[in-house]
Amino acid sequence: MSTAPAVDELVRSEYEHGFITDIDADTLPPGLNEDVVRAISARKGEPDFLLQWRLKAFRHWLTMPTPEWAAVHYPPIDFQSISYFSAPKKADDGPKSLDEVDPALIETYNKLGIPIEEQKALAGVAVDAVFDSVSVATTFREKLAEAGVIFCAISEAVHSHPEIVKQYLGSVVPHTDNFYAALNAAVFSDGTFVYVPKGVRCPMELSTYFRINARNTGQFERTLIIAEEGSYVSYLEGCTAPMRDENQLHAAVVELVALDDAQIKYSTVQNWYPGDEEGRGGIYNFVTKRGDCRGDRSKISWTQVETGSAITWKYPSCMLRGEESVGEFYSVAITKGRQQADTGTKMIHMGRNTRSTVVSKGISAGHGQQTYRGLVRIAQRAGEARNHTQCDSLLIGDRCAANTFPYIEVKNPTAQMEHEATTSKIGEDQLFYCRARGLSEEDAVSMIVNGFCKEVFRELPMEFAVEAQKLLAISLEGAVG
Amino acid sequence: MLKIDGLRASVGGHEVLTGLNLEVGPGEVHAIMGPNGSGKSTLSYVLGGREGYEVTAGEVRLEGEDLFALDPEERAQKGLFLAFQYPVELPGVNNTYFLKAALNAMRKARGEDSLDSVSFMRLMKERLKVLHLDETLLKRDVNAGFSGGEKKRNEIFQLAMLEPKLAILDETDSGLDIDALRLVADGVNALRTPERSMILVTHYQRLLEYIQPDRVHVLSRGRIIRSGGKDLAHELEAKGYGWITGEEVAA
Repeated sequence: MSTAPAVDELVRSEYEHGFITDIDADTLPPGLNEDVVRAISARKGEPDFLLQWRLKAFRHWLTMPTPEWAAVHYPPIDFQSISYFSAPKKADDGPKSLDEVDPALIETYNKLGIPIEEQKALAGVAVDAVFDSVSVATTFREKLAEAGVIFCAISEAVHSHPEIVKQYLGSVVPHTDNFYAALNAAVFSDGTFVYVPKGVRCPMELSTYFRINARNTGQFERTLIIAEEGSYVSYLEGCTAPMRDENQLHAAVVELVALDDAQIKYSTVQNWYPGDEEGRGGIYNFVTKRGDCRGDRSKISWTQVETGSAITWKYPSCMLRGEESVGEFYSVAITKGRQQADTGTKMIHMGRNTRSTVVSKGISAGHGQQTYRGLVRIAQRAGEARNHTQCDSLLIGDRCAANTFPYIEVKNPTAQMEHEATTSKIGEDQLFYCRARGLSEEDAVSMIVNGFCKEVFRELPMEFAVEAQKLLAISLEGAVG
Repeated sequence: MLKIDGLRASVGGHEVLTGLNLEVGPGEVHAIMGPNGSGKSTLSYVLGGREGYEVTAGEVRLEGEDLFALDPEERAQKGLFLAFQYPVELPGVNNTYFLKAALNAMRKARGEDSLDSVSFMRLMKERLKVLHLDETLLKRDVNAGFSGGEKKRNEIFQLAMLEPKLAILDETDSGLDIDALRLVADGVNALRTPERSMILVTHYQRLLEYIQPDRVHVLSRGRIIRSGGKDLAHELEAKGYGWITGEEVAA
């Protein structure tokens, strides 16, 4: 991945984990103003429409207060101390070898059975070796091109398919949407672009892993996926291996558009570095993800497994505009150590006969703090809309916490709403029962937790599900006792 | 097989076992009977190693090994099986998966290879047949949504799969109707071997109509106050526990 031209920013302050990066001439000095936005756009040779859009977003961002409603706590972020553009990484950036990386992280890699070269890439160690996956990626791109599917970096799509980008960018998450979405629109670095033409069933699961220039897309990632009429695409984001990044703040935006009879399945395994035991050095993940079921009978399905980050602030949502459109949200979120998560979904029913399903499983251990925040809104014109929400929390130990804030707004009397919520603890009786059958306490915990998450895991693509289970077991090691 | 010597144990600071002695030889089936609050379940949990059950004196040896030096899972791996009075529900955890993990954990502890899926399935089907149990059991989650009788039968199925040296059945008969009781008893009888020892902990004599014990012990106020053959159970049924416990008070 080291050959890929990628953009990478860095937070110069508050990062105590031994990453000292030389700032070379290609890097903009820290700080954010209109000139910086112009410089980013110029550096990428963007068309004027995009620059104008970035500038509009920036001007709007200036008028917005930092959101403080989420149930998470962190020191204020100094946006003027961040550098918003830097040249692709050089070999002498970052840690020189794995010896300089948090040993706990290396231990996790070994448990997951990740090859040494990949460990280096994940931990941010500069590598010269080119992975086998590069050739795999090339084969995949050829196959996709045959089907007419466009799968590339968004910075590339801006040049190769400007008309599509112009039509859809910001059409789901407008530049005025929220503080971090506005910031992202102003300074977004790079991200993924997917376009599936009419009637095409994408011949494979698309994964960032196979897009060679997907690594190091930086802290302001922007993803746009468009599924034309009757098409289908499944997209996998992330990686079960813990990802190390110099950037503390991540504010990504993901926009999905599904036209008539189209289906988008978006799966995420998020395992950003959560910081050390005190939460120092962990990633702040403030993401805006939204899918627009614009067409009739369209369907958007979010499945996420969130185990990393120091702070997660994320609500993948569905706008159910088309008649009989379907939105789904399946989520497993784990907070342990000092992790905090405020996550959930929004299902906005606007079309008639729209349906949505929400299954959220939250697991808290250690001092983990977790909040489910969900909104189901049935608009006046959305007759016969249906929602089923199931929201379960599992507590491990007695120092963690789980909160649930379900918001329900119904403006049409024909709506059918179901809401179930449970909070349980892994019982001493359950653990003893498993141990009395010869299982170790750790195996027992992982078995009980995996059982708790089963409904979500079965929504994940097969190999992802297997990895997610393994990841869960590793995440919860030492959580009991 | 099992030797309990002067066992004293407390729960929440209150002494429940007050000097209990018991010896169970290989292949023997012993029944421990006693009124409510006599310490029957405490004995089961102390042997299983449950947290909150504090041993204050005495020792227990399983095949000569000090039981209290072992964690609950190690006791299970050494061949101790506790059939629960109230089997615990594990929602989302598949029965087959659970049993396979348990069996392989034990095999691993004994230095044996894990059983592959095919051999494991074959073993499960064979044991189901012995116990006259339905195969749908394999597809369900561990005890989740089971009736009382189904839970107890599942315990016996686990016993059959895990093949312990010593099985402690804690009030396995409680809450069962007569048909379910017979099914469970038939299962237990089918699992008797010349090597496998069993301790049946029960309040009522009726289980012993179906499972013939070698010895019957009466537990009162935390220790065994009388032992005898299976006739003792009949006598108890006829005369009630007061017959013996009263006698002890008088003595």
